[in-house]
Amino acid sequence: MGKAKGTVIFDSDACKGCGLCISVCPVNILALDTSSVNNKGYHPATAIEPEKCIGCANCATICPDTVITVYRTMEE
Amino acid sequence: MAVVFQKTKGLTDKPFSYCPGCTHGIIHRLVAESLEELGLLDEVIGVAPVGCSVFAYEFFNCDMHEAAHGRAPAVATGIKRVHPDHPVFTYQGDGDLASIGTAEIVHVAHRGEKITTIFVNNAIYGMTGGQMAPTTLVGQKATTAPYGRDAALCGNPIRISEMLATIDGAVFVERVAVNTPANIRKAKKAIKRAFEVQLQGLGFGIVEVLSTCPTNWGLTPVESLEWLEKNMIPYYPLGNFKSPKEEK
Repeated sequence: MGKAKGTVIFDSDACKGCGLCISVCPVNILALDTSSVNNKGYHPATAIEPEKCIGCANCATICPDTVITVYRTMEE
Repeated sequence: MAVVFQKTKGLTDKPFSYCPGCTHGIIHRLVAESLEELGLLDEVIGVAPVGCSVFAYEFFNCDMHEAAHGRAPAVATGIKRVHPDHPVFTYQGDGDLASIGTAEIVHVAHRGEKITTIFVNNAIYGMTGGQMAPTTLVGQKATTAPYGRDAALCGNPIRISEMLATIDGAVFVERVAVNTPANIRKAKKAIKRAFEVQLQGLGFGIVEVLSTCPTNWGLTPVESLEWLEKNMIPYYPLGNFKSPKEEK
């Protein structure tokens, strides 16, 4: 069985910057993007090391505003 | 690339009006996902409460009805009796269900109305600014209990699930929490099961969901989840209190 490779896509303008996704990421690759402000006036969450994502969907499961879409592929 | 997670069709495109980190959004999504997976979106009728989730009718992508404060179970009873073939659910907070609407929820359970109630318990009145609710924990501060709830003066917090489980007409009673991804997945299973119980025409079902209120608790969203786990779960134990006999 190969290694799981995930991709997380953020609908940044829907994010309220609550940080719950960051707290449950098992590989600690999420953070609030303090260099940008979204339409609502929050620093949106983003993946700072997207290549390390394993596609577990913990972030999307706990996100209260359904900001995150998760994809997964299996690497051989 | 396989899609592991995407927004359910059970929710509209309207952004939630909730504060950052409010777990109402998670619970809305769990209900919407359950309805979508059971193929009920075209026929289900929901009843929205008064409270923070008063605009739930804007967010669920199904037929919805608004009820007066606490009266959602009574309105749902009427809808269900006129449309017995349609699944009906109410979505209520603790100020709505456990305080002003206590009579309605007790009697809807006694009558064994074939509806499903999603009861969101965050131990405080959210929309009106953080007043003490019947579910507020002893010692917990609220704007109307600035030194913390005093059991000698206000009594102890009400455990709705345990109370309803003693009623014959209530056939499915479960308490879940949304503080971790694992608990969120369990909560989804319970909500889906509650709808299945209604589809089988077995009686009244309720899922109590322990929720957070970062704004009125005065904590960050992440601290709120920890507070829920340390303080609410010990007083409001998670688990299934009642399910239909053939399941056991």
